[in-house]
Formats: sequence, C-alpha cells, structure tokens
Amino acid sequence: MIAALIITFREVLEAALIIGVVLAATRGIPKARYWVAVGILGGVTGAVIVAQFAGAISDSVSGFGQEIFNASVLLLAVLMLAWHNVWMSTHGKQMAAEMRNVGDEVRAGGRPLYALAIVVGLAVMREGSEIVLFLYGLAAADGGLTNAVTGGAAGLAIGIVVGAALYFGLLRIPSRYLFQVTAWLIAFLAAGMAAQAMVFLSAADLVKLGPQLWDSSSLLSQNNIPGQILHTLIGYVDRPRALQGVAYLGTLALIFGAMHFMSRRHRHTTTAASARH
Amino acid sequence: MFKTATLLAGIVALGMMITAPVFAADITVIDVIIKDHKFQPDRIEVEAGKAFTLMVKNDDATPEEFESHDLNREKIINGHSSAKIRIGALEPGEYKFFGEFNEDSAQGVIVAK
Repeated sequence: MIAALIITFREVLEAALIIGVVLAATRGIPKARYWVAVGILGGVTGAVIVAQFAGAISDSVSGFGQEIFNASVLLLAVLMLAWHNVWMSTHGKQMAAEMRNVGDEVRAGGRPLYALAIVVGLAVMREGSEIVLFLYGLAAADGGLTNAVTGGAAGLAIGIVVGAALYFGLLRIPSRYLFQVTAWLIAFLAAGMAAQAMVFLSAADLVKLGPQLWDSSSLLSQNNIPGQILHTLIGYVDRPRALQGVAYLGTLALIFGAMHFMSRRHRHTTTAASARH
Repeated sequence: MFKTATLLAGIVALGMMITAPVFAADITVIDVIIKDHKFQPDRIEVEAGKAFTLMVKNDDATPEEFESHDLNREKIINGHSSAKIRIGALEPGEYKFFGEFNEDSAQGVIVAK
C-alpha cells in the first residue's frame, strides 16, 4: 500500500501543482473553475485512453512513439502557457487596474481560459495514464485490489493537499501583484516543460542533449519530494545538459520577449486612441 | 494575429532546437528481460563512448516503467511486450536503472568501460 501511495502521490503531485498555479492565475475570473474542471475531466478521460493504447503508442514511430507523444504533449502545453501569458500582457494590467469598476463579464473579456484548461488536461492525462497502468498492474496481483484502491486514494488525497497548499499560499499575495507572480510562475512552468520535452526528443534519438552543465544531485536530488516540486514549478534539473538549458532559457526569452513586445504595442494603440478623444 | 505570432515563434523555436537526426549505423542491441519484476541481466557491461539500444522485453503480465535518473530515461513497457530504449555514448562509469512500478525488486546497472 505504501508503494501505491508513494507512486500515485508522485504522479499526482505534478498535475496538482500545475492546477494550483492555474487556479491562482485565474483567481476571480468567472468560469475559470468551470474550465479547470473541464480540463481535469478531459485529462482523466485522456489518461484512461492513453493507458489503454499505451502499447500502440509505444510501437508507433519505429518504437519511439511514447517519447514523441510525451514531447508533443509537453510542447503543446508550453505553447498554451505562452499564449496565455502573452494575452495577459496586453489585457492583464488594464484588467488589474479596472478590477474594482468593471463588471464580471468585461473582466473575463475573452481571456483564453481554454488554453489553461488544455494545460491542466494535458498534465492530468500524462501523469494519470501512468497511475492507471501502475494501479492496474498492482490490482492484477493477488489481493492487490485493496492495495491499489487504498494506496491510490491516499496518494491522490495527499497530492491534492499539496496542490491546495500552493494555491492558498499564492492567494496570500496581494491581488495587484498576483498576476505578475502567476505570470512568472507560468513562464517557469513552460520553460521547465520545454526542457523536459528535449529529454524525450533525445530519447527518440531526434536531438543531442550535449554536455552536462552541472551536477547538483548531491545538493538537491531531483527525485526527492522537494526536488520534484521544484522540478515541476521552476524546471529544476539536478544534472541538466546543454540543450535543456537552451530550451529553458529560450522559452523564457521568447515568452517575456513576446509579452514585452505585445504590451508595448498595446500601450501605444491605447494611448493613441485616448489622445484622439 | 497575436495567436499566429505566438504559434510561429513556437514553431521556429522548436525548429532551432531540433537538430538533424543522427544516422548511426551498426548500433549494438542488448536484450533485457523483465521476469517476476526483475531485470535479466541486472548488470550490463557496455563499451564506453559507443551508443547502444536496450531491447527490453517484459515477460510479466503487468506493465513496468523502465526508469533511470542516471541515464535520463523513462519508458513504460506494457505486459507481454517489448520496448526499445536508445542510450547515447556513455562516459566510463556505473548507471543505475530500475522498474518504477516494482522498485523493490526491479533494479539493475549499466557499467560502461
């Protein structure tokens, strides 16, 4: 049961942290919870389907289907996170400034909640499919069903508690800074996922990761719980290689570059518009 | 408009990150079998500096996840099926791997000489 608890918890943890960040980033936005719920439900459904077709996925693309699939899922999530941040950089400041005066409908203002729902769905699907396969294997053993159910449920519960702790921690941030903090968090999530995608692409023999940049595994292993939390939230890797570093920094540069560019452009157009009045 | 720009930026970034696949001929294939949640062999000696492929055959009925922090690999292998795992050229040394779903018993090491 302990093994089931630990493995389920580890898999749930990543998705739970991502959901915590997304919920905080969409605090006070109408329908945000609905979209997150849609993402979770879609992710759970996806997890069962992926687990069902694990063999077929694995055998595709000359035996590297699983690696390509994981890399694609991660990169799609990176695109969605980037798109959300860029959109927020043009509308977010305005929204924060007008928060008190503007009605809920305007506040929601076409914010791409679907992008974050997709991010949540992909995270749940990726981690969930491993849980499904693991628990299935466990339940198949003699007397394993009880183990699988109780261990799985306990692991899930603890994962949710950690995700909730992150969410409530973030909510303590004053609302005028909250969007800035969550924008950073979302950019770091994206950068970490982009770096992780490179590992899967290298496992599929599509890229070379290059030389190791450093080894901090004795300082903080990526495989204990604190290391794993940092790995998810800011993309901490204890033995990163060159391409992971390039993907990480490149993603941050692209996201912040695009945010800067768009918010400047947006400011120009709004100043021009108000000058005409 | 913004959407297209983001998408393009993403695609360009991806293009830059993916270098051309490396065409290596004569890759050594090493067979590994998972049976009763154990690896056979559980100690694999390879030549340092030469890439190779592990062909892992899972003879158990249940899925296993081949995982190695040292080698940066994780791959699920369904029950009664095989999966290949490409490993690049290694520096001399020992590289541990394990089966995540049965970590107590499924342990192994690759020794590069």
